[in-house]
Amino acid sequence: MNIYIYILVMAVVTYLIRALPLTLIRGKIKNRFFRSFLYYVPYACLMAMTFPAVFYGNYSPWAALAGVAVALVLAIRGKNLLIVAGAASVTVFLFSFIPV
Amino acid sequence: MNKEVKRGFRDGIPIALGYFAVSFSLGITMVSAGLTAAEGTVMSLTNLTSAGEFAGVRVIAASGTILEMILTQLIINLRYSLMSLSLSQKIDPKARFWHKLVIAFGNTDEIFAVAMNHQKSLTIKYMAALQCLPVIGWTSGTFLGIVACNLLPERLSIALNVMLYGMFIAIVVPVAKKSKPVLAVCVAAISLSCLFRYVPGLNTISEGLAITVCTVAAAVFGAIVFPVKQEEKQEDET
Repeated sequence: MNIYIYILVMAVVTYLIRALPLTLIRGKIKNRFFRSFLYYVPYACLMAMTFPAVFYGNYSPWAALAGVAVALVLAIRGKNLLIVAGAASVTVFLFSFIPV
Repeated sequence: MNKEVKRGFRDGIPIALGYFAVSFSLGITMVSAGLTAAEGTVMSLTNLTSAGEFAGVRVIAASGTILEMILTQLIINLRYSLMSLSLSQKIDPKARFWHKLVIAFGNTDEIFAVAMNHQKSLTIKYMAALQCLPVIGWTSGTFLGIVACNLLPERLSIALNVMLYGMFIAIVVPVAKKSKPVLAVCVAAISLSCLFRYVPGLNTISEGLAITVCTVAAAVFGAIVFPVKQEEKQEDET
């Protein structure tokens, strides 16, 4: 299938999600369950996309394990987004020189 | 230059820089999924969402169905509807309909957070200026990420693929550290995601659908067991 069809579908769905509430609905969402659900969605989604997929790239699972460990430790210590991401990449890069 | 316009541009600079870095790694991910620089750039310009685009790229890489794509985008980006709703309360009452259409386009987690922090009601001048640099940062970052990935030695570009995952971890961990409910929701999402990968039968389900199911199930679990307080703000999300 043409990739631009996928992109168009993505763009339309995403735009409608953003535009409809802004233009049509007045007033706030009061429903506590729905508000809670939406609050948790980003975190659930990011983690479901990361694990276990991060271990199945074009690198060895050991390299991925080391990269994830480094990212977790730095993130827990409150390091900046770029440092965490960069350190994970450097770790995987260095591991790629170790024959496993 | 108009004061509101100037303020908007200034507020957009840090967002644009952050977006450039994230979309650069998104671009690298797009290459491994087989997207061209043109396709990736168009996707970023028209979608402006990291998690949504990443999930979309995975659906494309797996040759998923259109229905699957719609479902994935709907669930992952649903939170924007809540932000748009909050934003609608703060928009200048004199704003025209097309002003709202423009403002809606750039309603990302970060722009929303900054806009809600703005002291005055939101005018089209401020909002359009605020969105401008982040859109440029996001789109150019994607483009350069794809181009760089094609130029870099393979060993390096493979390692850079981990960058986006690193960013996801960096976004979630500080919040999960402070909030047990968020941590519980993350553990639930990861466990479910592992089930979809390893359990025979379940692992035949396509990736986009699996991500959607994991997200909904974990978020429903969180909403039932740990409902958030009514006045809890959504501004600390990314």
